[in-house]
Amino acid sequence: MTSAVVTGIGVVAPTGIGTQAYWRATTAGESAIGPITRFDPAPYPVRLAGEVRGFVPEDHVPSRLLPQTDHSTRLSLAAAAEALADSGLTAAEAPDLGIGIATASSMGGFDFGQRELQHLWELGGQHVSAYQSFAWFYAVNTGQISIRHGLRGPGATIVSDQAGGLDALGVARRQVRKGTPAVVTGGVDSALCPLGLAGQLSTGDLSESGHPDAAYLPFTRAAGGHVPAEGGAILVVEDAEFARDRGARVFGEIAGYAATFDPDPRAEDANGLLRAAEAAIADAGLEPVDVDVVFADAAGRPGADRREAAAIATLFGVGGVPVTAPKTGTGRLYAGAGGLDTATALLSLHDQTIPPTVHVRAPDPAHQIDLVVGRARPAELSTALVLARGRGGFNAALILRAPLSGSPKHNEE
Amino acid sequence: MSTLSIDGLKEILRSAAGEDDGVDLDGDILDVAFAELGYDSLALLETAARIAREYGVTLSDDDIDEIETPRALLDRVNTALARA
Repeated sequence: MTSAVVTGIGVVAPTGIGTQAYWRATTAGESAIGPITRFDPAPYPVRLAGEVRGFVPEDHVPSRLLPQTDHSTRLSLAAAAEALADSGLTAAEAPDLGIGIATASSMGGFDFGQRELQHLWELGGQHVSAYQSFAWFYAVNTGQISIRHGLRGPGATIVSDQAGGLDALGVARRQVRKGTPAVVTGGVDSALCPLGLAGQLSTGDLSESGHPDAAYLPFTRAAGGHVPAEGGAILVVEDAEFARDRGARVFGEIAGYAATFDPDPRAEDANGLLRAAEAAIADAGLEPVDVDVVFADAAGRPGADRREAAAIATLFGVGGVPVTAPKTGTGRLYAGAGGLDTATALLSLHDQTIPPTVHVRAPDPAHQIDLVVGRARPAELSTALVLARGRGGFNAALILRAPLSGSPKHNEE
Repeated sequence: MSTLSIDGLKEILRSAAGEDDGVDLDGDILDVAFAELGYDSLALLETAARIAREYGVTLSDDDIDEIETPRALLDRVNTALARA
């Protein structure tokens, strides 16, 4: 069957704008979790977030798009532009309907929506932007990336909370198998405004700690929720032959993917994440022993951490595979997480190094996982498993394989 | 604020809908179609909303469909202002 490979990466993360800055910070174990600065968080029980700092919209988004885009859309346009430039792919290089878009979004454009709701409430309907008609909507990033780059292939938007980023990559791979030469995919989320935070608070999953280095500690006894964050990554996925014919550099292959939905939570052995991981490994034609590193979902809640650790220990044995969660340095990115974790895993395969889980000194031994902490760990890596879960029972797992030649071939041009 | 000038309109366009990369709004645009200036129907809808707020002249959806150039838009708004 046609194989789907990743040829371009674009990152907007709290720890770095641009792939290079992000990867340097991630391997160094840096953290960007800090006090919320976008608005005054004093009235709220949650005061910390992973904000993308220093993003200048005018540097990334053309003037015509500024009045009609939410912050999350601006971030996704920046990531998409970097990913396409990185891959060297332009609309002209593919058939007219040859480049599709599949992005994930969990919340849409909250910041834009809040502002226009305030206009409606305080000033009246005449003061609501005409662009509110689409700027708040989940599908807007897919649409704006499509228009901006003239990509007219199949478009999709996936809404499955934090599983969405991986689900988008699954959709991208399916489109490639159905004959679309390339798909721009991944996801970027941002809802760091009062309305967005209020929505997130309703989950009860957010950490109320005021200490940036102790607020998000998955797989520890101190786990008490997660820090909300913004950002994500956009990737270019291509048919392997199409990529080879145009001389594109290949970061790795999407070798396996599976998604499951949790059964009734009262069921004793309800571990949908385990089933997703098993199915993704089988989908890749591999055995658990072939997996060299796991990028964990790392919910940061005791029950969810226990289920994920149990899934990993069941598949790989006690301490049987290195596990990491670099998102401890950014906070949880919702629909942005799957794309960013995939980018991180591909860069790990490339550099043969596992970036650390930050802030965590040691995992709770009860979890029986080999969590990479403290500093990056050099390792021989050819296959990575990325896990993600979304609220409401979504589970997704993705298998990435390094290019057969070992490391990406750089375009000689 | 008795009439809407071309400069006033340019200011509203820039703030309501931005400025297309390939277009020089500072040039002579009076008779250049909005479509050529990079403004679609939503951009004009947003522009009309700002005009309504700032000048008190309400343009109907049909007006917005019919008006194709800045000159036509200024004529329509200023005729309404003269009657008021």
